[in-house]
Amino acid sequence: MSESSTDDARAAVELIYRAESRRVLASLIRLLGDFDRAEEAMHDAFAAALQQWPSSGVPANPRAWLVSAGRFKAIDSARRTARFDASQSLIADMLEQRHAAQPELDDESLDDDWLRLIFTCCHPALSPDAQIALTLREVCDLTTEQVARAFLSTPPTIAQRIVRAKAKIRDAAIPYAIPTRADMPDRLDAVLHVIYLVFTEGYSATSGDAVVRTELTRESIRLGRLLLELLPDEGEVSGLLALMLLHDSRRATRTTRAGEIALLAEQDRGLWDRGEIAEGTQLVERSMRTGRVGPYAVQAAIAALHAEAVSAETTDWAQIMGLYDVLLRIAPTPIVELNRAVAVAMRDGADAGLKLVDEALARGGLDSYHLAHAARADLLAQLGRRADALAAYEQARALARLEPERRFLERRLMELQ
Amino acid sequence: MKYLCLIYENEQAWAAMSQPDADTMLKEYHAFTDGYTKSGHVLGSNALQPTHTATTVRVRNGKMSTTDGPFAETREQLGGYYLLEAKDLNEAIQIAAKIPGARTGGIEVRPIMEFPRD
Repeated sequence: MSESSTDDARAAVELIYRAESRRVLASLIRLLGDFDRAEEAMHDAFAAALQQWPSSGVPANPRAWLVSAGRFKAIDSARRTARFDASQSLIADMLEQRHAAQPELDDESLDDDWLRLIFTCCHPALSPDAQIALTLREVCDLTTEQVARAFLSTPPTIAQRIVRAKAKIRDAAIPYAIPTRADMPDRLDAVLHVIYLVFTEGYSATSGDAVVRTELTRESIRLGRLLLELLPDEGEVSGLLALMLLHDSRRATRTTRAGEIALLAEQDRGLWDRGEIAEGTQLVERSMRTGRVGPYAVQAAIAALHAEAVSAETTDWAQIMGLYDVLLRIAPTPIVELNRAVAVAMRDGADAGLKLVDEALARGGLDSYHLAHAARADLLAQLGRRADALAAYEQARALARLEPERRFLERRLMELQ
Repeated sequence: MKYLCLIYENEQAWAAMSQPDADTMLKEYHAFTDGYTKSGHVLGSNALQPTHTATTVRVRNGKMSTTDGPFAETREQLGGYYLLEAKDLNEAIQIAAKIPGARTGGIEVRPIMEFPRD
């Protein structure tokens, strides 16, 4: 065997590891019935590939080869340790029986395994923190150190959270299964929620490691793509992917070079990622065609209108307002109400907007939300009510927690004084 | 898998319930118990007397002490239980959601610990 063919095979294994290792793991968890046993078997399978592929060549279906190799490695390993631990021989018997019952691996069942993995990691019987940590570790292959850095926690805390979640999956018998049709809407919501939380953590956090944050947005978009590949007719899956892509298209312009916040109206639209905008817009249309339009798809439609506009002034505010009306009907929250009021101000003037902001504030739920006071201050300033505007900006600054937001509000205060 | 479904409810709300409402609730409990016993899911069940009848026993350093009532003041009290046989947690949750008390209180679903026997 020549050195270059060894190198080629090694490169192929590495490439396949990056693309397929999580799917191989997902199938092994089903076949071996245990997360940790599957993890070990997956590593053994890739080690075997490194050894065998340089001489045998890369198999036609590498994923199926790896799953099959991992399965045999797990049986071997249980047989070997059975000499010291009798319970392992029962496990080896069980694995052999399962193998006899289902020796063949078809692509469709392997794809389903990836869905089983993500639905299990996002099972509502696990705490939200555990769902996120488990998803990032098992589905995205982030290390516990990376997860800890992204969520301002320590690696031992995250590791313990993951160990406990896996113990609950095992001991409470959380099934490794795709939800039934009746459960699907709720369970899919939970998965989309975890993916979106990972995205917003990467997108909006202003503290923590910048590299890890980029990784979080990239991973959440990748998860969105995979989920859409497997559930192509779910309008909210395409809606969420669209929303993430459209937000991400503005990544480069959200802060100035000095790290200051740049508002939508101030951003250099020439720097927005046109590829992501085009893909996001197409996905919004795809969601609309499914006829099952949910909050993610509507938010994505709003983001698409912003992305398509040449400037803040020429934005289609009437249509944005209409979409907020829809959003308010299907997912009513005070924040949606506030955003709608801002759209009304853009279309009908500051007076009309201010009236709605005040009404939303009066209903409660927004009192401690700094952006509500900042929006109110902006409108008051536009109306020339300087003293009221100053008071509202002060209130917003007192409530803002992140340093760049506080600096931004201070700048506004100075401009007004 | 066996799961114990612990029914936590506000017992004062039970006590304050009108007779027709209490009758309806009991009828629903009977229907639930009969249905899921027939299907083989319910292995056993009991309702408990209210917490004012409870005694808590502790042994510390070989000395027994008994105190009146449950050990903590909580808004919801253990009012009864079902012991279920279910395929997995999803099935147990689905059945637990049909216990009438799930609509007024909460059902804690706990897997039964299995000890290996030689």
